[in-house]
Amino acid sequence: MKSLPKFILSAAMVTVMATSFTAVKAATPADTLVQAWQSDDIISLDPAEVFEFSASEIMGNTYERLVSYDIKDVSKITGQVAESWTVSPDGKTFTFKLKPNKKFASGSNITAEDVVYSLHRAVSLDKSPAFILGQFGLTKDNVKDKIKQTGPLELTVEVDKAYAPTLVLYCLGNSVASIVEKKVLVQNEKDGDWGYNWLKTKYAGSGPYIMRDWKANEVLVLERNPNYEKPTPLARVIFRHIKETASQRLLLEKGDIDVARNLNPEEVTAVSKNPDIKIQSAPKGTVYYLGLNQKNPNLAKPEVRQALKYLVDYQAIADTIMKYKGDVHQNFLPKGYLGAETSNPYKLDVAKAKELLAKAGLKDGFSVTMDTRSTAEITGVAQAMQQTFAQAGIKLEILPMDSKQALTKYRARQHDIYIGNWGSDYQDPNSNADTFAANDDNSDQAKAKPLAWRNAWDPGPLTAKTRAAVMERDGEKRAQMYKELQKSVLDDGPFVIFLQQTEVAAVRKNVDNFVLGPSFSDNDVSQAKKN
Amino acid sequence: MVSAVMNRGGGHASALRSSLKNIAQFVIVLMTTLLGLAAVTFFIGRVVPIDPVIAIVGDRAPAQVYERVRQELGLDLPLIQQFWIYLKKAVTGDFGNSVLTTNPVLTDIANTFPATLELATLGTLIGVIIGIPLGILAAVKRGSFIDQFVRVLGLAGYSIPIFWLGLMGLLVFYAKLGWVAGPGRIDVTYSYLYTPVTNIVLLDTAMQGQWDAFWDAVSHIILPACLLGYFSLAYISRMTRSFMLNELAQEYVIAARVKGLSEMRVIWRHALRNAAVPLITVIALSYANLLEGSVLTETIFAWPGLGQYITNSLQNADMNAVLGGTLVIGTAFVLLNLVSDLLYRLLDPRTR
Amino acid sequence: MTGAPLPLASQPSGMRAWLLSPEPHSRWQARLGRFYLGWRAFSRNPLAVIGLGIVLLLILVAIFADVIAPYSPVAGGDLRTQRLLPPSEAYWFGTDDQARDIFSRVIHGSRITLFVVVLVALIAMPIGLLVGTVSGYLGGWVDTVLMRITDIFLAFPRLILALAFVAALGPGIENAIIAIAITSWPPYARIARAETLMIRNSDFIAAVKLQGASTPRIILGHVVPLCLSSLIVRVTLDMAGIILTAAGLGFLGLGAQPPMPEWGAMVATGRNYLIDQWWVAAMPGIAIFVVSLGFNLLGDGLRDVLDPKAAK
Repeated sequence: MKSLPKFILSAAMVTVMATSFTAVKAATPADTLVQAWQSDDIISLDPAEVFEFSASEIMGNTYERLVSYDIKDVSKITGQVAESWTVSPDGKTFTFKLKPNKKFASGSNITAEDVVYSLHRAVSLDKSPAFILGQFGLTKDNVKDKIKQTGPLELTVEVDKAYAPTLVLYCLGNSVASIVEKKVLVQNEKDGDWGYNWLKTKYAGSGPYIMRDWKANEVLVLERNPNYEKPTPLARVIFRHIKETASQRLLLEKGDIDVARNLNPEEVTAVSKNPDIKIQSAPKGTVYYLGLNQKNPNLAKPEVRQALKYLVDYQAIADTIMKYKGDVHQNFLPKGYLGAETSNPYKLDVAKAKELLAKAGLKDGFSVTMDTRSTAEITGVAQAMQQTFAQAGIKLEILPMDSKQALTKYRARQHDIYIGNWGSDYQDPNSNADTFAANDDNSDQAKAKPLAWRNAWDPGPLTAKTRAAVMERDGEKRAQMYKELQKSVLDDGPFVIFLQQTEVAAVRKNVDNFVLGPSFSDNDVSQAKKN
Repeated sequence: MVSAVMNRGGGHASALRSSLKNIAQFVIVLMTTLLGLAAVTFFIGRVVPIDPVIAIVGDRAPAQVYERVRQELGLDLPLIQQFWIYLKKAVTGDFGNSVLTTNPVLTDIANTFPATLELATLGTLIGVIIGIPLGILAAVKRGSFIDQFVRVLGLAGYSIPIFWLGLMGLLVFYAKLGWVAGPGRIDVTYSYLYTPVTNIVLLDTAMQGQWDAFWDAVSHIILPACLLGYFSLAYISRMTRSFMLNELAQEYVIAARVKGLSEMRVIWRHALRNAAVPLITVIALSYANLLEGSVLTETIFAWPGLGQYITNSLQNADMNAVLGGTLVIGTAFVLLNLVSDLLYRLLDPRTR
Repeated sequence: MTGAPLPLASQPSGMRAWLLSPEPHSRWQARLGRFYLGWRAFSRNPLAVIGLGIVLLLILVAIFADVIAPYSPVAGGDLRTQRLLPPSEAYWFGTDDQARDIFSRVIHGSRITLFVVVLVALIAMPIGLLVGTVSGYLGGWVDTVLMRITDIFLAFPRLILALAFVAALGPGIENAIIAIAITSWPPYARIARAETLMIRNSDFIAAVKLQGASTPRIILGHVVPLCLSSLIVRVTLDMAGIILTAAGLGFLGLGAQPPMPEWGAMVATGRNYLIDQWWVAAMPGIAIFVVSLGFNLLGDGLRDVLDPKAAK
């Protein structure tokens, strides 16, 4: 114990050094945009595998696709790598001509060979998002015949049926169809893996930014792509994984980050009063809903389904717990989609709900459980519903669990009520209709598990109607079909859809052209700059 | 009484012999403990009602993708067989790949564990350096103002939710006063100035002479380390006081006083020496607690450590990562305990 | 008590004499006497009495929660107008994100806290005590086996193990209690063992052994009581830790189910509003703090009384 005084001395030194350390930097570098976000959902950066929100945003900024759409009006589809395209009279063959002088980040030219390789690769790897291409009858075995290079800058894509062309184009604009550099991936291929194990954490694209470095749950760094046609104003974009929203707020107010992506409503309100910070938001293609399992005899009664739709205080939730984060929305197609219905007929009406419950023979209400992911916002909404349900005598028990667990139960159809959200996979209405309004096989052994199936709901004729809508090539008529589908689900479906998500970001005032788009892959920093 | 017990022990030579024997025992102990740890974690992991396949393929994957991944993971095999396969691989250092980060688990641990170690070590140092003198002081001046102060300090440390204090600390020292850096381990602009060798940022930056980066790292670690240090201090000072009181009430202390030894000598040479024995266990426990218990601190300070890694992995049914991480923390814990046990035996005449 | 006692006072005085009798006539009298002595020592420590007061208050509040709380702990008010209100005359502790009165929730939360703490202690302490004393006293292979098991459980990251158990058992306060209890006994076992190692070789145990006492009798009758004191210190010290672990589980959504007014879960909710609506986290936080303080002070006081080695 003789050395004790020495310990004390060194402790004192550390303390002095720490307190005298005041050289905390005032702001982030001028050529670097630093964002704080919750990115623990990223599991891969291979576009053929990316399917989660955060990673698809990275894909949007680092890769390009054949076509893209105008984020202000998603019905306007434009070429990105493609210069032009034509559809054969039978509606099954799409021919794309590429822009002549597009380059990869490595400096090599983008050729039809790369595009064909990329699409073959996505279909053959058969990862989670591969069905977006696979739904057109493309499989590992036939893709080489269906997607073919027909010239140095020309290729054809053949689908199995005459789908609505916009559906095919939206899907080719999805991140799964991103164009990767063949040469690089062939070099890094091991055991016929199409370079998958390498690309999971690396980069081989042509977008405005290069993905420079990714440390899972820590940081992701994008760097300017010098070979991009319109070089980005910023040299670097850094995404820091900060789980605590309160920490994000502190960092933002301090100027240690430029953008905070996950603030809760009260924090948004608070920072909006800060003169150095502005709030940006954009509606997203995600709806929040309750899934009512039809295996539960009470929930299977049509009157009960409808009663529950009258027992949600939609507006109060949107105005308080989910302020800035969503708008009341009761139909399965998000605003901005073809045929999206915007009327919201239901509102909190306890008397009406009681009447419906009495009709169902449940005058005194019933008990029911709700699987609730333990995030602040979902738990908050669930508790608000618990209170309004109680007014009609329905005793709602909240079962908190983490998202993977809730999902496991949901997919096994073991829940009573599931509270969750559903984001469209692509900008076409079929993405949501396919899951909310169609169920080809309601048996327990079914292969496909759309939301209708998960809630054990057989939508009857709606399934056929959904399938027909996909084939309708007349936009007007198609929109009408979706309106009808939405009406049926709204009236009778086992879904209490209550909100459409809005993404909100708090941005420091000196940042310009930070864009939040309609889907997560459209969140665009390519033109962002700092003053 | 002390000498009577001493006689049963024998000299230093036998102590050394028995401690050599102990070391051999310890290796066996370590192995069995780790095996038990692996088994318990493995089976809990398989009971947890989370489908690990969904964690990999996501919610929207088609049925054939789901089935393929399920087979790749070996989840269609019997449980015992799965465990056996896991063990065989683990022995060769292959803990599999993490689903969340896609890296081999071992790589992840090599990245995250040093961060936790750094934080916990600094926290424990603070706890020991301040806690022990405070504890002694409180015991010696029992009932005085300083005793009450130490008591209140310790009790407060025991009663405040750590994440609340952490957030308050950030609010005050970072947001308002600007004395320390915010959440994170090092500023991104500095993080490319040095090459990670040990992954202990303070060491790496110092060894490579990157003093700007070093000071940035210091300003990042100081707040969470003080926070952990405070909790460690609360425990250590309290236990020190308790052990010292025990010793000061012993006959030999009274005897020493009667013999006319100076109070300082009685306290430092005799009482503390004996109190140090159980204290080592306490420090080891406290250190181990910080190693494993920094989950919440790591969350608030966005500290990329092992606690956060395991929690994240657990919530995503990333069982390879949970198993690997748990084994590492478990090993650290067992080693700490064994070392404290060894010291205990060496130092305490009564347990020889 | 100088001079001749008044007739009225003679009863307590006689009681006192009976309690303090150096030659008790029965085991019962001796025990009561020791208890009385303990109480006298205990009541001389004002902090300990405060601690006892807090714990008693907690119990009273828990019993009379329905009477004390002005509003319902679970049913909220109007989300638009009564949400996140600061403390006022109508809402002493303010309202939370569901427009519920925080004061009423804190009052009702005392029941849950008491329930958790008592149950965890009742499950974990006997296990730890038994494992530790048996292991320490018997030594040999029993010690090896028991300590290996203890080490395995000790070697677990505690929160992770609790998390894993709750995940496996399903969410809910009862499962959280089981999980916390499963993870809290090993330190008790180690402490009990360490104490036992010291006691085992002492002269008085040797004396008891010479009198022919059986091993279980020695362990239960002589070793356990001596270990009990340091264990009680540790358990009372752990009470706050138990509350905070429960809070940690609640914070991860695996403890109490909403809308149960569990303090930890309330703090967890409040951390979303920490900076601007400080009262949401602060009020249950203070409740946790006060109750933990109470247990700690009580533990401290008990330590002085119960630990014959430290008592002067």
